Amino acid sequence: MTTTTVDDAPFIEPSGTARRNYLNDEYGVLSWLLTRDHKRIAILYIFSVTLFFIVGGVFAFLMRLELLTPEGDMFTSDTYNKLFTLHGIVMIFFFLIPAIPAVFGNFMLPIMLGAKDLAFPRINLLSWYIYMIGGTLGVIVIITGGVDTGWTFYTPFSTQYSNTKVFLTTLGAFITGFSSILTGLNFLVTTHRMRAPGLTWFRLPLFVWAMYATSIVIMLATPVLAITLVLLMVERVLGVGIFDPALGGDPVLYQHMFWFYSHPAVYIMILPGMAVISECVAAFTRKKIFGYKFVAFSSLAIAFLGFLVWAHHMFVAGISIYSAMIFSFLSMLVAVPSAIKVFNWTATMYKASVSWQTPMLYVLGFIGLFTIGGVTGLFLGALGVDVHVHDSYFVVAHFHYIMVGGTIMAYMAGIHYWWPKITGRMYPEWWGRLSALLVFVGFNLTFFPQFLVGYVGMPRRYHAYAPEFQVLNVLSTAGATILAVGYLLPMIYLFWSLKFGRKAGTNPWGAVGLEWATTSPPPKENFHETPVVTWEAYDYPAFLKAMRETQHV
Amino acid sequence: MNDFPLFPEQASTVAPLVDALYLGLVAITGAVSLLIWIVIFYFAIKYRRRPDNELAQEQEPPAALEMTWIVIPTIVFLFIFVAGAWVFFRINRVPSNALEVYATGRQWMWKFQHPTGQREINSLHVPVGRPVKITMASEDVIHSLWFPSFRVKMDVLPNRFRTMWFEATKTGSYHIFCAEYCGTKHSGMIGTVVVMEPTEYQRWLAGGSEGSLASQGEKLFAKYACNTCHMDTASGRGPVLAGMYGKTRPLVSGQNVVFDDNYIRESILNPTAKIAAGFQPLMPVFQGQVSEDDLIRLLSYVKSIPAPGAAQTPASAPQASAPQATNTQGNPQ
Repeated sequence: MTTTTVDDAPFIEPSGTARRNYLNDEYGVLSWLLTRDHKRIAILYIFSVTLFFIVGGVFAFLMRLELLTPEGDMFTSDTYNKLFTLHGIVMIFFFLIPAIPAVFGNFMLPIMLGAKDLAFPRINLLSWYIYMIGGTLGVIVIITGGVDTGWTFYTPFSTQYSNTKVFLTTLGAFITGFSSILTGLNFLVTTHRMRAPGLTWFRLPLFVWAMYATSIVIMLATPVLAITLVLLMVERVLGVGIFDPALGGDPVLYQHMFWFYSHPAVYIMILPGMAVISECVAAFTRKKIFGYKFVAFSSLAIAFLGFLVWAHHMFVAGISIYSAMIFSFLSMLVAVPSAIKVFNWTATMYKASVSWQTPMLYVLGFIGLFTIGGVTGLFLGALGVDVHVHDSYFVVAHFHYIMVGGTIMAYMAGIHYWWPKITGRMYPEWWGRLSALLVFVGFNLTFFPQFLVGYVGMPRRYHAYAPEFQVLNVLSTAGATILAVGYLLPMIYLFWSLKFGRKAGTNPWGAVGLEWATTSPPPKENFHETPVVTWEAYDYPAFLKAMRETQHV
Repeated sequence: MNDFPLFPEQASTVAPLVDALYLGLVAITGAVSLLIWIVIFYFAIKYRRRPDNELAQEQEPPAALEMTWIVIPTIVFLFIFVAGAWVFFRINRVPSNALEVYATGRQWMWKFQHPTGQREINSLHVPVGRPVKITMASEDVIHSLWFPSFRVKMDVLPNRFRTMWFEATKTGSYHIFCAEYCGTKHSGMIGTVVVMEPTEYQRWLAGGSEGSLASQGEKLFAKYACNTCHMDTASGRGPVLAGMYGKTRPLVSGQNVVFDDNYIRESILNPTAKIAAGFQPLMPVFQGQVSEDDLIRLLSYVKSIPAPGAAQTPASAPQASAPQATNTQGNPQ
């Protein structure tokens, strides 16, 4: 079996001076702002989502500072309420949801499919502009006074009682949703129509499978959020009674509609993380993912079951105990495909060649933290325990283990793994490992105490709290400080590496996958010749044997 | 309370059940998580990349493992579901001999009213060893009444009565928190539940009061002129309310409705929603006219009107026992 039919020779310009790639193909601001190249759009997204990550992170850090003492002595209650609201909105709508699909999905999906670009390059650029319009509205909200409803916008507080910038915020979230929808649409069509010759469905990398599942969820769920936010704006601005009981509406209806999107949104955030982890596990163990088909179908199972569990956010909110039981039951089922993935990644490491490079350290962290996040989800799905811990810090800890311990760890793994491909430069390995360690330690110190303080009885979204909760809160703030250093380091050394990093070859990891068969950074059209795929995904034995032969001959 | 608790006080009958479930989950999931970490790190170290190990071995774990870790977790998860639901039923099933208390949530305070007429703000006095049932509604946004030491919590809604209950097992003072974010002073919407010995509680009840809740409601019944139509005899323009509580009433639509807390509430605020069979939709709408506090008083009175011929006088009727049918949605029958 041949491992690659791609012309791997470095492409030399006729003059012999510089290798042409997507970064130096054109110059000038307009060549970026009007680009239709999926790789350049991914770069635009890297800058935008990183910016919002910093903004959301600053809000989080300010909150942790306030919570050092039980008294609300640093900010007013209104300011604190705006901080946690903006932290949630910025992190969810402007970082977690777009981050992995819009950055790695945009950059890698067409290359992994052996395509020149996504199916609709102009729509891809449009999605970035829509995202930026939504993001700009978010920034305007922040500058002009903020919003204090919590990212959940629960009615009737959001429609009748809050006197902050609810309308602009929901409009921003509404608009940003269309950016996701367009990206999802692009991925679905591209995966169906633009696979390279020979690239059958079961030869696709698991990254593509998970992106495909994510795109389905985005396409089906995001419109519901759009509808819900429009209804909310209609009630707030026009006074039409939909959710407010004083106007004849039903506030619990809002929660049903909101979570019908926002629970699947959890999978919009974590499935791409799983996508990155599957790639990295294979690359850094040099093995085919154990149970490839189970991992692939578990993504689709999560996408499907994820639509049937929304009311587990509402066990004490006013649904009947019988519907609570049905949603509890279904929530237990959605845990199964996630468990399958964890076990399969672990089994892949059996008799593997495990590298301890930075991306793999993040992968190990991801599996450990995602496991904790997942099993604490079982606590929340178990009705009897949920009544006590619902809306407590236990929930805060749980979803941060999934969102930060899962998705952001995966994002960090991905950015280190694909950095050489995206930029053509290696990041400094020692600093990478240090930051991975700091992130892991800092994360656990920040969020593990929150499980404990939640069970003891500290409610979430509290500006001031009872004195007996202080020790655990101080630990949490200390952890947040370490975590902040862990996130700042990569921002510095990755920038440093753009100029000073060692030049990366085509395939610095010895990884299989079409993205490692083209040059780093890839040429504008991704491949000089359309690749023909004759091998299974992650076919490491054949690939490495061939690589060794070419070296010896 | 010590300075650094890792576990809340266990002060209600359901608390040991919730804690047992919690600790059981900690044990099961802790063991599995630990196992996964050990295996990961064992593999990561044993199979670390070395010059003689540049290429992974082609040997795979047995494929039968795949079914093992699909089937076993599914069984464990379903077991967790059953255990959780079992405890949930116990948390929700209101004992029939529960003492009644009414609660109103408003930005940003808790108001409790006792059938005997005592009113308290951000504090609640209850006897030890006796089930207490709280019927509650919100005046504005959604709140959530949480007693961490009792392990019970329920959202308080602005559009209907909901009921929760607990039976305290230890005297002392415990936290009351609002758990659903409700605006500026959400973290200040807190209070204390004081669990007292029954004799002490009786003494506390004997303290000042403006007459029982039902008698206050009877006055409102006259003030709002309810009594001009809802008379004790069937000659009134409105249906007789006496002795109806907990019974089934036929509607003009041909359906039947249980005459419970939320039906009374709806019939006051929005009377045309469900018209009793044989009557005209004549009653004015009281939505926005009656405060939550007055609603609770009216409810308390309407519940207490005895069936014609019964010996009790309405206003002095003790509220000790509520019929099982009083449970609002969310409680098993």
